[in-house]
Amino acid sequence: MRKQSIEKGALGKVYQDGEIITRQGDVGKVMYVIQKGKVDILVERDGHETLLRVAEEGEFLGEMAIFDHEVRSATLRAQGEVKVLTIDKKNFLKRIHVDPSLAFKIVQTMSQRVRELGDEVARLRG
Amino acid sequence: MADSHPQSSQAQPSQDCLELVDGSRVAVIGGGPAGSFASYFLLEMADRADLEIDVEIYEPRDFSCVAPGGCNMCGGIISETLVQNLAAEGINLPDTVVQRGIESYVLHMDVGTVRIETPIEEKRIAAVYRGAGPRDIQVRKWGSFDHHLEELAVARGAHVTRGRVTEISIDNGRPCLAVKGGEPQSYDLLVAAVGVNSPALKLFKELDFGYEPPQTTKTFIREYFFGEEVIAETLGDSMHVFLLNIPRLEFAAIIPKGDYVSVCLLGDAIDKELIDAFLNSDEVRDCMPDDWVPEPRSCQCSPKIAVKGALQPYGDRIVFVGDCGVTRLYKDGIGAAYKTAKACATTAVFEGISEEAFRRHYAPILKTILRDNAIGKVTFSGTKLIQMMPFARRAMLRMTQKEQSIPGRHKDISQVLWDMFTGSAAYLEIFTRAIHPRLLGRLSWELLAAVVPGKRSHP
Repeated sequence: MRKQSIEKGALGKVYQDGEIITRQGDVGKVMYVIQKGKVDILVERDGHETLLRVAEEGEFLGEMAIFDHEVRSATLRAQGEVKVLTIDKKNFLKRIHVDPSLAFKIVQTMSQRVRELGDEVARLRG
Repeated sequence: MADSHPQSSQAQPSQDCLELVDGSRVAVIGGGPAGSFASYFLLEMADRADLEIDVEIYEPRDFSCVAPGGCNMCGGIISETLVQNLAAEGINLPDTVVQRGIESYVLHMDVGTVRIETPIEEKRIAAVYRGAGPRDIQVRKWGSFDHHLEELAVARGAHVTRGRVTEISIDNGRPCLAVKGGEPQSYDLLVAAVGVNSPALKLFKELDFGYEPPQTTKTFIREYFFGEEVIAETLGDSMHVFLLNIPRLEFAAIIPKGDYVSVCLLGDAIDKELIDAFLNSDEVRDCMPDDWVPEPRSCQCSPKIAVKGALQPYGDRIVFVGDCGVTRLYKDGIGAAYKTAKACATTAVFEGISEEAFRRHYAPILKTILRDNAIGKVTFSGTKLIQMMPFARRAMLRMTQKEQSIPGRHKDISQVLWDMFTGSAAYLEIFTRAIHPRLLGRLSWELLAAVVPGKRSHP
């Protein structure tokens, strides 16, 4: 079988360590699925950069751009070498109209994140 | 593995209940993409509906074996749309299965060659082997696509019986099947995913509920070993497509895999004469290594593909998915397997397993594909016309070359060709783009430039 390091020949786009995948404030027309590696999710405010969390292989990122018209809420930065597959908003929405269940995994992910945020708010208030 | 004894009737849900309930048993005949997707999504949907069902896949072949034992006879291209849809489903295709990410298409015609780059700078088309590779494979660097999907279905909870189904019958309203030398097994639902090349297809004709297999045509696939380095120097990460004026040749492509390349031909009554004419053409030789000769090859096959849909591909407790039901014309058969398998699973879990449920909720998906195929036929007729007229080929080539070389230019014809070759878009979408006034205006100008001597083509 193939070696485990990131192959340039297979699917997706490879980002090097520290490379920006998408920047906070950008207009987003795609969402991302991490194929290999880890991605830092950062929020910049008043010149300060805060690491929200580190996303792992298989995670969806930037999915909010699919459903709203807001700019990117966070910056995505490669932690080490990362391979990412993009999903086009237009094609994805078209497919969801035919097969709404295609959005199930994304809704599941968003639901999980709302739960985690709820826990975080409770922890901060406690 | 399957229980060797038929379940007792007490353990089964009521025979009149044409719905899947806790404990329902589903047999899926065929472990190719349609069968594996159907099994995966049946279990996935059942889980979402808090339902416990048992899914048994019957597949005689082990796809992890090298050809022909593990081969499913296909060009092995996973379209851009399917790659994205699967990623959204949480199904990612690993590097151990994807032999090559395709980043561009090179269109070869007698009047010249043009490279059409992917609309975004990313590889989202996968070149795979359905089995573990051609018969003379020395080092197995990549795994089988079909085996990968089957493993996903197994990880979701499906069981696999490695055996060929030799008997199918309806007993007391329920489908029963048996493998050679085995006891008949009774199921609540039978999902047929046998493709159009399996001998199992004829077993369904005897069930007498109106099913007629799809009309088919033969294709041709041949494999050559080049090695990774030679492929990098010659074909690269591009799929090479050919619009050549060779009688009876509809479409031809050379697809680079890991160490091998696949030559795929579509046409009427493909024979040795047509194959030789294609392989010995200057356009093919120009993109192959310098010392390449058409023989010897690694292996070849002439699988059938469906060109029309099956009649009545569903009944009470029985449904056909993938090629043996309805598939896309010429392109993205695996994408059609995904769509039909998922629609079948959604219907079975949420709407029921009666003929009526499939007619109301599954058939519309099949009709959408069939309607799109009708538009596809018109689109392919247009391509055929271009193939036959040298001035039209020159005009199309020039227009595409300009779009690819002039920054900021609308990629009208490039997008049409990209979607035609990749199978990424519906034929209706391709047709709508092809009749856009801007595209038609520019093409008319290029046609004029190609037929009027001395007429200069504008930049």
